[in-house]
Amino acid sequence: MPGIDLPAATVLWCVPGFLGLAGVAVIVGRSKVATSLIYGGSLAVALVALGAALTCFLASGPPWTLVLPIGLPGIGARFRVDALSAFFLVVVNLGAAITSLYALGYGRHEEAPARVLPFYAAFLAGMNLVVFADDAFTFLLAWEFMSLTSWAIVLARHRDPANSRAAFVYLVMASFGTLCLLLSFGLLAGPAGGYAFETMRLASHTFFTATLAVVLALLGAGSKAGLVPLHVWLPLAHPAAPSHVSALLSGVMTKVGVYGFIRIVLDLAGPPNPWLGLVVLSLGGITAAIGVLYALMQHDLKRLLAYHTVENIGIIFIGLGLALAFRANTMNVAAALALTAALFHVFNHSVFKSLLFFGAGAVLTATGERDMERLGGLIHRMPQTTLAFLIGCAAISALPPLNGFVSEWLTFQAILVSPDLPQWGLKLTVPAAGALLALSAALAAACFVKAFGVTFLGRARSSAAEAAGEVDTFSLTAMFVLAAICFLAGVLPGFVIDALSPVTVMLVGDTMPRQAAVPWMSIVPIGESRSSYNGLVILTFLIASSTLTAMVIHRFATRATRRSAIWDCGFPLDAPQTQYGSAGFSMPIRRVFGTVVFNVHERVDMPRPGELRAGSFRLRIIDPAWRLAYGPIARAVTTASTSLNQLQFLTIRRYLTLVFCTLIALLVVVATWR
Amino acid sequence: MALVVDLFLQTVQMVLVVAIAPAVLGVTRKVKARLLRRIGPPVLQPYRDLWKLMHKEAVLADNASWIYRTAPYLIFAATWVAAALVPSYATGLLFSWSADLIAIVALIGTARFTLALAGMDVGTAFGGIGSSREMMIASLAEPAMLLIVFTVALVAGTTQLSAVATIFSTGSVGLRVSLGLGLFAFLLVAIAENARIPIDNPATHLELTMVHEAMVLEYSGRHLAMIEAASALKLVLYFSLIVCLFVPLGIAGPGAGLSEYALGIVAYLTKLLVLAALLPIGETSVAKMRVFRYPLFVGSAFAAAALAVFLLFVSKGF
Repeated sequence: MPGIDLPAATVLWCVPGFLGLAGVAVIVGRSKVATSLIYGGSLAVALVALGAALTCFLASGPPWTLVLPIGLPGIGARFRVDALSAFFLVVVNLGAAITSLYALGYGRHEEAPARVLPFYAAFLAGMNLVVFADDAFTFLLAWEFMSLTSWAIVLARHRDPANSRAAFVYLVMASFGTLCLLLSFGLLAGPAGGYAFETMRLASHTFFTATLAVVLALLGAGSKAGLVPLHVWLPLAHPAAPSHVSALLSGVMTKVGVYGFIRIVLDLAGPPNPWLGLVVLSLGGITAAIGVLYALMQHDLKRLLAYHTVENIGIIFIGLGLALAFRANTMNVAAALALTAALFHVFNHSVFKSLLFFGAGAVLTATGERDMERLGGLIHRMPQTTLAFLIGCAAISALPPLNGFVSEWLTFQAILVSPDLPQWGLKLTVPAAGALLALSAALAAACFVKAFGVTFLGRARSSAAEAAGEVDTFSLTAMFVLAAICFLAGVLPGFVIDALSPVTVMLVGDTMPRQAAVPWMSIVPIGESRSSYNGLVILTFLIASSTLTAMVIHRFATRATRRSAIWDCGFPLDAPQTQYGSAGFSMPIRRVFGTVVFNVHERVDMPRPGELRAGSFRLRIIDPAWRLAYGPIARAVTTASTSLNQLQFLTIRRYLTLVFCTLIALLVVVATWR
Repeated sequence: MALVVDLFLQTVQMVLVVAIAPAVLGVTRKVKARLLRRIGPPVLQPYRDLWKLMHKEAVLADNASWIYRTAPYLIFAATWVAAALVPSYATGLLFSWSADLIAIVALIGTARFTLALAGMDVGTAFGGIGSSREMMIASLAEPAMLLIVFTVALVAGTTQLSAVATIFSTGSVGLRVSLGLGLFAFLLVAIAENARIPIDNPATHLELTMVHEAMVLEYSGRHLAMIEAASALKLVLYFSLIVCLFVPLGIAGPGAGLSEYALGIVAYLTKLLVLAALLPIGETSVAKMRVFRYPLFVGSAFAAAALAVFLLFVSKGF
């Protein structure tokens, strides 16, 4: 078997490539060719990186490492490519390549490209570097670099106050996340300062440090990935960026967060604790349900997609929680199944969420609108975008035979193994998480019927939507490549599962049964008598039976068709406002879950008979995370700083007394501590 | 040779479900009419309706898109494939392994997704109201259905329908509280998913309360025929699931002889007939619900199924 030295080094060389492009972008950013030059260059570099990363991922040789004499003294900057990082390098660079392709067309509409281009290339370098890092210093540096460059792009249109607020919230959350990761690594490194991942892996951690480090990692990586209640920045920041960057933020950067979590918890922190699985599992379940419910309530297309990312992160964390619980009980095959489900969903979500953000970007280009209440009927004016977006919607709603269904199906199969878990807490949590997963799968379908139906179907709700036209070829190509991947991964999932087996061997010590050996290219998670699924057969059946039916009817019955005006029970009204819009569509679900989940403020202002003013209806929905988690924190900080404010107006005598008292107190602490 | 026989058995299943679907609908309508002291249309009337619709000109709204035109065929195909994969008269059919119970639930979801999009395509108030309410009902009914799947799968140790039917028909499982809860939940879900009273009235038109009929309001001709056929097929699919999961008596095992297959078909048809007669009895004994009471109805199915799953998780390990 060939080693992975050459391809791994190639991917690493792509990082300076991206950084070089960022440098070029700073110089030529204002010229006319800059957009094509930078996105074209990024596409080329990302394609090279993708090819090399795929080679690493499929070759499964021993890990490749490199130590550069920069960074922390004595440790240096360490880089490493093993099965896990190879997988995430594929995800990152696939996203990078397709996004650059899309941006070749989409980026031309950017108002101030000089504000986006340098950070775009640097952002790609940052994400790659996080996955490469093999010591805490490099990891945190790359992590922070990734956060700051993406923050700069979120701030690209800073004149809109909503965007600068989004960027501020993002910056606070990103700093909080990095702080948690810093402390987590500190605990894992121990007092000796073993900051290289190699040292952490070999060190034995006490129960206390390991638990605390893992909880901190959950907070740090979870805030990047978007776990509830750390998700509040996602629906603000992701839509604020230009659409191709939104795709990267939602589709790829959240996955880098997931990578950070997996790396620390499953690789560095030693054998997991079953209660940790419980915590991750319940957080995942809550995240999935909250994410999709709030996605359903949005009427801004990009914000809906961002909230929906939260749901998918929840699904991934349900898989990871199950993997941790199984691993802690040394049920390694089941752990491999759950981990495969989570990683498969990581891949799937990066594909279809990018596709959907590209579609939203195309709609934005064509109409200048993100508000679904002002769209509609785009299927007639943007037929190709519509088709690609429809495939993305079907895939993310977990409809067979597309890819979203496969990973959710695997997660369900993992849940069905879990009654064998010995812990009572887990026995009670797993079915609850399963119920939440089932609920969020069904709500996701409702969410995307709404997103697609209101945006692309029906009649145009504004003149902008009426005048829309199809977008450029680059954007369309990018969308159709992703749609094709959704199909391929859906009908031939066995290849993806087999390719993931080195990762599961590395992290949980076992793998799912080899799928290539299963006849007819079905997938079998545990045993053939237990469960199997074959997307290819389902697809063939669907195509065959629908074509057959249509042919039979057209041949033997009639194909006479007449066009006429809308019937609508005899009361067709010309005003497109009479169609169901976004708020109307989600109203029944808002009513059903309103008392439990939503903090809904509805204000109806109905004029009395005879009054001539217009009636109005206002609806405000506030994410409970703001009210329950951040409101109290913000109030506590304000109270504390107001009361500490008095310290600024003391006399010099009192300051000296304070200093003296502090000194005494510290000495007492030191004396008692020893 | 064995492959030819297997293919033949699978084809019999595919043809059987489509062929009897309108008749099942006809029986429920006839029984319902008799219960209301009407004579009612003949049992074979649904066939004639379909035949008539298929030969009529299809009238499309001016702004109907390709989704509107292809949706009926896709809905029919997805329902048909799902129905063909549920063991009806024999287990271990050729393609029974290609989709397990979860995949069948998801295939029903595909059909529903398509139908809801078709309802929104023309851009009318009725279409939107239908799609919106259908997705609301589904958002509660589908998780309940998945939890029922969990219940069955945990008892049987498999999600393969053929294997479940084999295990349950040998009678080694016995009576289980959780399966009872599962059956109760399943009946509620089946009523909600098939747009029957008290959730939806299949005979209604021009009412603000309708759900399924509102979505397909604009359809006519062959397209309407396909949608009607698909909803008849969906009823058969749910009946087959009840029969296969909860009363798999008389079902032919793999490698059975001709007489066993014949017995299987007879048993299957008898069971369908019984269910088709029971459904209108239930329908005529309750009144239709208000829209915002649906969550109570479907939510109780969810709660019952969740209880069943919890019971199984907790009781395992004793």
